[in-house]
Amino acid sequence: MNFKQSFRLAIKSLKASKMRAFLTMLGIIIGVASVIILVSLMNGLSQDMTSRFESMGTNTITVNVMGRGTNRTLSVDEVEQLVEDNPKYLDQYSPKVSASVTAKYDVNSVDTSVIGVNEYYDDMQSVVVSEGRFIQYIDTLRRLKICVIGTYEATELFGGADPIGETIKLNGSTYTVVGVLEETADSEESSADDVIYVPYTAATRLANSASIGTYYLTAVDTDRIEETMTIIENMMYSVFDDEDAYRVTSMSEMIDTVNEMTASIAMVLVGIAGISLVVGGIGIMNIMLVSVTERTREIGIRKSLGAKKKDIMRQFLIEAATTSSAGGVIGIVLGIGAAYGAGAVMDMTVAPSWNAVAIAFSVSVAIGMIFGYFPANKAAKMNPIDALRYD
Amino acid sequence: MIRLEDVYKIYQMGENEVRAIDGITLEIRENEMAAIIGQSGSGKSTCMNIIGCLDVPTQGKYFLNGQDVSLMNDDELADFRGKTLGFIFQQYNLIPKLSVLENVELPLIYQGIPEKERIELAVRALEKVGIADKKLNMPSQLSGGQQQRVSIARALVGNPSIILADEPTGALDSRTGREVLEFLQSLNEEGNTIILITHDMGVAEKAKRIIRISDGKIVEDSGHSVPEQIEVKSYERTGSIKGAAAAAFGREGTA
Ligand SMILES: Nc1ncnc2c1ncn2[C@@H]1O[C@H](COP(=O)(O)OP(=O)(O)OP(=O)(O)O)[C@@H](O)[C@H]1O
Ligand SMILES: [Mg+2]
Repeated sequence: MNFKQSFRLAIKSLKASKMRAFLTMLGIIIGVASVIILVSLMNGLSQDMTSRFESMGTNTITVNVMGRGTNRTLSVDEVEQLVEDNPKYLDQYSPKVSASVTAKYDVNSVDTSVIGVNEYYDDMQSVVVSEGRFIQYIDTLRRLKICVIGTYEATELFGGADPIGETIKLNGSTYTVVGVLEETADSEESSADDVIYVPYTAATRLANSASIGTYYLTAVDTDRIEETMTIIENMMYSVFDDEDAYRVTSMSEMIDTVNEMTASIAMVLVGIAGISLVVGGIGIMNIMLVSVTERTREIGIRKSLGAKKKDIMRQFLIEAATTSSAGGVIGIVLGIGAAYGAGAVMDMTVAPSWNAVAIAFSVSVAIGMIFGYFPANKAAKMNPIDALRYD
Repeated sequence: MIRLEDVYKIYQMGENEVRAIDGITLEIRENEMAAIIGQSGSGKSTCMNIIGCLDVPTQGKYFLNGQDVSLMNDDELADFRGKTLGFIFQQYNLIPKLSVLENVELPLIYQGIPEKERIELAVRALEKVGIADKKLNMPSQLSGGQQQRVSIARALVGNPSIILADEPTGALDSRTGREVLEFLQSLNEEGNTIILITHDMGVAEKAKRIIRISDGKIVEDSGHSVPEQIEVKSYERTGSIKGAAAAAFGREGTA
């Protein structure tokens, strides 16, 4: 019996009992759909994170000073010297001092984070000011208490009014607003729009710490990021004499870490969803066993007409594979649909991967074949005369 | 062509054994038309199933076209069933979810005959039994007599040399039954070997040879209806001229 005929027969018997076919496929449908949904969402998540990191610049290198076991700190002058000494590798730098503050204007107040930076920061991190100006060299030099606020602060503190030139209180000290950032994340709380930049020299006071723990540096060439990091590490080692006292990380390294993390989370989730595929396979096995019993007489007739073991085997295997792959296709369609639905509801990026779709499809065919094997073998082994007598 | 040598089929039913076939030795020659008769439960179907390679004897030897069937594996038996044997069952045994044409195509599918040729042969077989106009119907849309004709077409389509019919007229009214019998006779005249089971003497008389079975044993055999061919000399008791002529020339007619 040829493939085409078996396939046509399989489609026919699926059509003949749609409800039963659907219930048989349900496990596969759920399994495949959940795999597709999870992969699409995880993929979207990792794309989101990657692009967020990329927007911070893949050429950004972060230096953290933990200062463990030593009182030595890293000064701004030392970093500046490093950048000047390595013009082929390093382009710009900025200290980064973070502090949590309560910002007040009039009766309005918000809790937010203040980031102390220098005049290169906006350039390095593609921060765009829509009104007013960003922090300048003179501000850091004179420790001016000025600030650039995000759109979240602009709306929360000032409502519709123009904040430029107004003064706000950060933990009680008075700062003058000199700029407002461009909106990038719908002005939501805790988003990229919820931030206040001040000169790093002023921020050390807000952070209650004289030393600067974090520096951002930009590499000239993203392709030579490794070498650039080595240069920084060497300098850091010469300063601290202890590898544990500092950490040098690059954005591209972080992107890799995040991708690895999301990939392994996805593996676990897909593995869990895969259990449902196995359950679906058992459903198929169950229904195929029923179908073999129901069609015992047909098997006998076919054998009396010259069907060999392998012919019967193939017929039932193709039927099982057709059932499960039909379930697979439905699952893929539902899964992609549901992923986009969920993505829209949860405001997440959805990125179905065609690899995952292809794998889901082949896995569902394989499940049908594996779980269909036992019933098919049972049918193939039937003694023709016993099968013919069956009713 | 068909030779059973001291064949037994014994079913063990707990303590006691049922001897469905209790030592049968039987030879059926090419182009014979033999009727096996006997009471219900006498072992007719069991005998035919063994001849048809659907069942294997508990004991004894069975030679089909000179080959020892007991030495064959399942696939070789299946091959024999597909190419050499054609079955007509009392209950027609058509596959309900396949159309008439698809049912008739089945033996050819298992022989690996390409689709175009398959359909051609199937239509020709349906024409032969006069039911080609129903080829797209489903079996359930046909009357009993029509279904039996379809099953005859299916038995014929692969041009098997032996046709086995277990009570082919059992479920038909007498007129339709007669038509089927006449058809089997004409097939025999064309050179097919036909073995027919019945418990109706009127039906059996249409065959040239009558074998009576009782309690799994042959109790009466009217003897070969065709002479032994070629090498072996003629020791048979009867033989019709017509049968012999058919034996000599008939195969060319159907080949
Ligand atoms: N699978 C089986 N297990 C046990 N006994 C069986 C089996 N098949 C047949 N028999 C017995 O073998 C005997 C012969 O059965 P068989 O079917 O050959 O009879 P038959 O001559 O064809 O009868 P009928 O005219 O009613 O069809 C019966 O006694 C039956 O009970
Ligand atoms: Mg019987």
